[in-house]
Amino acid sequence: MRDLVRHAWLIARKDLQLEFRSRTALASAVVFTALVLVIFEHGRDPTAVPTIDLAPSILWVTFSFAAMLALNRAFQAELENQALDGLLLAPISRTSLFWGKLGANLVFVALVQIVGILLFILFFNVPVWRIWVPLLLVSALATVGFIAVGTLFSAMVVRTRFAELMLPVLLLPFLLPPLIAAVAITVKLFAGRPLSESAGWLRLLAGYDLAFVSLTTLLFPATVTE
Amino acid sequence: MLWARDLSHAFGAIRALDGISFTLDRGQTLVIFGPNGAGKTTLLRVLAGLVRPARGAAGVEGGRRSIGWIGHQSQLYGHLTVAENLRFWGTLYDVAPPDLARRQAELLARLGLEARAGQQVRTLSRGETQRAAIARALIHDPPVLLLDEPFTGLDRLAAEELGRLLGELAARGRATVLVTHDVEEGTELASEVAFMRTGRFLAYGPRAARDAATLTAAYREVVGGA
Repeated sequence: MRDLVRHAWLIARKDLQLEFRSRTALASAVVFTALVLVIFEHGRDPTAVPTIDLAPSILWVTFSFAAMLALNRAFQAELENQALDGLLLAPISRTSLFWGKLGANLVFVALVQIVGILLFILFFNVPVWRIWVPLLLVSALATVGFIAVGTLFSAMVVRTRFAELMLPVLLLPFLLPPLIAAVAITVKLFAGRPLSESAGWLRLLAGYDLAFVSLTTLLFPATVTE
Repeated sequence: MLWARDLSHAFGAIRALDGISFTLDRGQTLVIFGPNGAGKTTLLRVLAGLVRPARGAAGVEGGRRSIGWIGHQSQLYGHLTVAENLRFWGTLYDVAPPDLARRQAELLARLGLEARAGQQVRTLSRGETQRAAIARALIHDPPVLLLDEPFTGLDRLAAEELGRLLGELAARGRATVLVTHDVEEGTELASEVAFMRTGRFLAYGPRAARDAATLTAAYREVVGGA
């Protein structure tokens, strides 16, 4: 177990180091987030629908699509010089490779979400600061399972010809349950309701995370073996 | 040290390996000559455990940890420096930090890359990248080497230096399988020779010919003028 975590940490650290050096995906995701928020801000009639009603959906749709940009890059770096062969040949378990990739993706998506929240406050003037702790919890719960599924699919499609198209097509159906739950909880939080009122949705998110992190961990080794 | 028994594998209708068997002991170097598409790379990938054969089995004493692999690509990360790449791969192979620093310094000096240690791999020339890939493959001092066209991209001096290095490693008991389409390459290193075409060893045994010219003539006779 210790080796598994240590190797996963090495992989995650390397991925983050590569991303912070190249900044390609991070920059794309942040620019994408900013653009989507600007479009939503200027493309709606504020007198027709109150901001507070639209804000949760806008926030989570933006997060979801920005996360897909992050997931697309997860295995791209490994293909550049066939480094994936080296990783598969190294004396590390496939599980540590998966957990390393998952860890790096989670950090990456968390960074995009932090920037997204700041831009969201700027554009929509929603008092997020009052609910930042429960919102953080919801973000974490809604992101982990979805990113686990995305990491698995990213490994599956990376060697296909249309990887960047395939990933959203495969991933979107799996995104719906956490997306719906996250939006429902965020609506209540923005309305000033306590988190305890969303216990059912929180249980759904926790169950989704548990099920899909376990399932993807089990399935990953088969996806990277020829 | 290394063995293959009745290996067969196909990609759709294309038969890549057809009944390959051999054993290799400590200090032996098997050089496999064959034209493009003969199945040489597939054989190395099966030996490394990267491809599961449809039939037969292969094994390496000590498992994956014992293998040093040089493939068609460098398996290096372009945005990391040469030293960072070597540290990453060495750590994945559990090389202890003091040994890793010593091995890294030795290999960089031996391969003429000392001045390039702090340079990102994407900025290196083709030959320098290949030398860095060789350093990566040897960083954990593997007892078995699987080399796929290792002289590609090297200038004459670097190729001679690699030849000397491989000779020394064989003298120190390393078992090596080297595949190439060029009979001029690797001849001097071979203790065993195989001619390969359409997934089969057409000839296999101890190197009888003393020089490249004799071996080329034998190769043309067996493989058919390639």
